[in-house]
Amino acid sequence: MPDELIVNGTPHPLPQDPRVTLLDFLRHDLGLTGTKKGCDHGQCGACTVIVNGLRINSCLTLAAMHEGHQVTTIEGLGIADEPSPLQRAFVEHDGFQCGYCTPGQICSATAMLDEIANGWPSDASETLDGPFEASGAEIRERMSGNLCRCGAYANIVAAIRHVAESEPAA
Amino acid sequence: MRPFQYQRAHSISDASAIAALPEAMLIAGGTNLLDMMKLQVATPSQLGDIGRIGLDGIQDTSDRGLRIGALATNTATAVHPRVRADYPVLARAILAGATQQLRNKATTGGNLCQRTRCYYFMNVDQPCNKRDPGSGCGAIGGVNKLHAVLGTSDQCIATYPGDMAVALTALGAKVVIAKSDGAERTVPVRDFHLLPGDTPWRDNVLDQGELIVAVTLPPPVAATQLYRKVRERSSYAFALVSIAAVIAIDDGKFARADLAFGGLAHKPWHDPRIGELLVGAAPSPALYDQAADLLLEGAEGHGDNDFKIPLARRTLHAVLAEAVEKAA
Repeated sequence: MPDELIVNGTPHPLPQDPRVTLLDFLRHDLGLTGTKKGCDHGQCGACTVIVNGLRINSCLTLAAMHEGHQVTTIEGLGIADEPSPLQRAFVEHDGFQCGYCTPGQICSATAMLDEIANGWPSDASETLDGPFEASGAEIRERMSGNLCRCGAYANIVAAIRHVAESEPAA
Repeated sequence: MRPFQYQRAHSISDASAIAALPEAMLIAGGTNLLDMMKLQVATPSQLGDIGRIGLDGIQDTSDRGLRIGALATNTATAVHPRVRADYPVLARAILAGATQQLRNKATTGGNLCQRTRCYYFMNVDQPCNKRDPGSGCGAIGGVNKLHAVLGTSDQCIATYPGDMAVALTALGAKVVIAKSDGAERTVPVRDFHLLPGDTPWRDNVLDQGELIVAVTLPPPVAATQLYRKVRERSSYAFALVSIAAVIAIDDGKFARADLAFGGLAHKPWHDPRIGELLVGAAPSPALYDQAADLLLEGAEGHGDNDFKIPLARRTLHAVLAEAVEKAA
């Protein structure tokens, strides 16, 4: 296996120091500063990225643990001229104020909608068998790992619901 | 983080060899260990990454039970069709814990080995007999809202923080452990975690050089399964009190009553006397009170956590009443 990991489609050599978290690797080594460091302890979700299709806290994992893995950051989801559906919806619904938690919210929500489409239950689900809908209660539970200190939650939920309702379920 | 040597294990024997080294630790999902390493609560000089040694499968056993690999993620376990169909209390307990981001990384073995979130344990400026034997216990006489009311010692009143193991305890699961000589041993989950006693630094029965390879579940039983978690906010918080219940009613009486409790002790709490009391008896509030009396015999609050004693009683009432209603 190569000594590299793939970020937004581009391979990068792993850091020399094994202490480097995936978060610090993205921000410091690659300059991909869209991914944010909030608490650095897995409590706030600002560092959420998608690795091999699953959302994780990039602060609580070492870059070295992800050799050969596919990492998608906010920069890989869309750009200003071509935003992803969720990026566009967050703008349209005012799903942020300061914007610091937003990249993590959007990476998290992107993977979360896939989880619903895959029929994965949540703690808010009445039964464990799908299909599940992106209801307000489901979104709030499934997004509980992403804090917003500005309290833009109502508009974050609205933005996610907008995308969930406009995209056909997979 | 303190500097460490990072080494990827390629097999169980590799992992055992690393785990046997002094000051070595194994890392799987890393969500608890890296948090502790950043706080220097954990300072391994060797880190053995076991993420790629296999052990992530979930398979039927020959007796229609289930074998969950130590490296199966919490997500993989909670969404597995057989877990959802036959062991719903396990799916519910996992989904009640942490966040999706953490459950996507957290593993079965790592979750069993996660350490207490006692504020004094997690802060190296504070005394803690678990982290620094002999330094004292800051929680006794200190801030102790999350702490234990059952099975404590004068050295430690920490709680085991997990949800998954509470469900595994109610289900009568077993932990399969690879020994450093390559042999395996099997320990009931009920005996895996330890009470603090005079050795609060020991969370569980794992010896140096041993690692968990799987958890096995017995064949499914016809029963109503519930997981009730009481916490300070409705998501992403540790349990103040939690109950996993596997309940069957036959002819108006309890035919099965396997209960386990989280948030009350240094381990998922299981008291066989409660099942013995309930089975064969007709459900009633008076009976639930007797069950709570057994559960809470010897319970001792430490100030901030006094509320857990009445809360555990009320939660037990609520869970039994709900289970009876659903099972009828």
